[in-house]
Amino acid sequence: MYLSAFHLMPHRELPDDFEKRYPSVWVTPPFHELADAKRVGQYYNWTFDELIAAAQAGADGICTNEHHQNAYGFMPSPNLMGSVLARATNGMDCAIVQMGASLPATQPPLRIAEEYAMLDAISGGRLVAGMPLGTSMDINICYGVTPIEQRERFREAHDLIVKAWTAREVFPWNGKYHQLPMVNLWPRPIQQPHPPIWIPGSGSTSTFHYTAEHDYCYCYLSYFGYKVAMHSVDRYWDVCRQKGRDSNPYRLGFLQLVGISNTDQQAERDYARHVEYFYHKLLHIPAEWMGIPGHQDYQSLSNALRNPLALKAFTTLKEKRYKDFLNDRYVICGSPATVRDSLQDLVERLRVGNLMLLLHIGSMPHELALRNIELFFREVAPALRPKWDDEWENRWWPAGLRKKALQGATA
Amino acid sequence: MTEVTDRPVTVWQNKINANVKVGGSGSPVVFLHGAGGLFWDEFLETLAGNHTIYAPEHPGTTAGDPDAVAHLDNLWDLVLYYDELLSGLGLRGVPVIGHSFGAMMAAELAANNPERVSKLILMCPIGLWREDIPVANWMTLTPASDMPKLLLHDPDGPLAKQMFGVPDVDAQIRMIWCGACTGKFVWPIPDKGLKKRLHRIQAPTLVIWGKQDRLVSPMYAQEFATRISGARVEVVEQSGHLLTAEYPARVAGTIEEFLGVGT
Repeated sequence: MYLSAFHLMPHRELPDDFEKRYPSVWVTPPFHELADAKRVGQYYNWTFDELIAAAQAGADGICTNEHHQNAYGFMPSPNLMGSVLARATNGMDCAIVQMGASLPATQPPLRIAEEYAMLDAISGGRLVAGMPLGTSMDINICYGVTPIEQRERFREAHDLIVKAWTAREVFPWNGKYHQLPMVNLWPRPIQQPHPPIWIPGSGSTSTFHYTAEHDYCYCYLSYFGYKVAMHSVDRYWDVCRQKGRDSNPYRLGFLQLVGISNTDQQAERDYARHVEYFYHKLLHIPAEWMGIPGHQDYQSLSNALRNPLALKAFTTLKEKRYKDFLNDRYVICGSPATVRDSLQDLVERLRVGNLMLLLHIGSMPHELALRNIELFFREVAPALRPKWDDEWENRWWPAGLRKKALQGATA
Repeated sequence: MTEVTDRPVTVWQNKINANVKVGGSGSPVVFLHGAGGLFWDEFLETLAGNHTIYAPEHPGTTAGDPDAVAHLDNLWDLVLYYDELLSGLGLRGVPVIGHSFGAMMAAELAANNPERVSKLILMCPIGLWREDIPVANWMTLTPASDMPKLLLHDPDGPLAKQMFGVPDVDAQIRMIWCGACTGKFVWPIPDKGLKKRLHRIQAPTLVIWGKQDRLVSPMYAQEFATRISGARVEVVEQSGHLLTAEYPARVAGTIEEFLGVGT
């Protein structure tokens, strides 16, 4: 089991009545009414400190991602974040997991090949190359990409990036969306033929197929916990089987919100309001904006509307309170023993090898985030770590950071 | 009721099987639908009394063939596709009526190949852009609240309840996918250079607008009229963007009158 710390870099201090006063946390929230540039600088630095603290506490990886025009998580350039993190964690056995730069919105996508190669070089070969399609809000509304072209643009960008990393000769790229006369990437990644590739997603059928076909790791970014995700994840494993892939649990990543205190009661006192802030304010988005027409292909759209489990989970968030989020396992909070048991259940049920923990949640202050990180890696992580490693190798992890025990056993 | 048949036409190097709804009797008229999809409604039914209506389904919006739109990369492809499709139907020098997105396509078609279109009827067309009256982004609307307000004169009336009331999953999928397939050619701003091409239109042109169109302001009517030689503007009172649903007989009557002159 590999355990990484994920960070969204959210606005931590939105007003109490935010979701009543404003129509959306994404695309339209007015910066000058809601934020202060100097204070935002503090958020970025807290985010760095929290992720670096996770690395020091023993996280296998630290993860950042890309979003635009929002208070939910505003790292428009994850590679700026990754660059600082790579430098700060040199010498540690910690992967820089970029979840990552959005392929369809980066022009030309060669820029991602270059920046990821830089990150791999700076980190000494510790990069995990996430290749997200991006949300509809980010890519279609904020960045103007035509929704029905998003997937095709993603695929072309992926092919271009991988070719740019691996080609030995200068080549011309005559794509549908990009034409480049002479491609010759500088620098090249340390990891050969290229860094491991993860595809983050939220359950689209076509992304399952794409990931399995390419033998990558599918990284399920869900906020609704494993009970809602189960049905969808089972379909992913079906697709892997259909495509003749083995059942290596490291083919799957999963994101989980976690809060740890000494007791379950203390956890409620510590985390309830931050959890509610997260679900009520940071996910305050018109449902229609999650899928501008064309963002999902016809089959995925049809599946999503006919099995509206995830959609229903999303549209009923404001009816739920901390206890509901806890009972429905959207969040896993409690004493170390409670969290351990629930995570073991999650890991077993989903068959997940690459677990990502969101240990800073919503409005959580810096000190509480640091304590949560420390408690997780000290009190919970040791019990989870041995899982899967007697049988499976994490082929989707930087080779230099794979667990020594397994390398010894298979040598 | 008019008998409406589905006529398949193979176009675009046989890659697209276009479906054209054909019905009525009399001289031919082409109808190009908007972003919401094609419905054989009372408006078309009324027109079909005196004309044979040819109403193509936009590529990708025909049931069972959602990926047909993948063969057309951009607006240039789409204009030539429609030109080919009308050739396939044997329609040269034919009146073309379009609504909203379909009206923009009708204008593009008439500008690209002026001989193709004998008369042009543009109902609430998109295709132009003024900073002071931006066209609302219909692809980001919520059916429950924004849509009735922007599309209908009376957002609380019985028509609004009928059109946007209880969501049926199949209808929802159809509507979203129609938006996806038409939006492919106009996202994110429906200004793709039509203003540079409108002067090429030679067909007598009627521009019809709902006075309370809150999606595309009726102020655009004059923008079209000044760029198309001899174009006439009709504004329909107490009517929104979906004027053919609000006043099918009245709008069909205005069109009939226009088609009757000089034919």
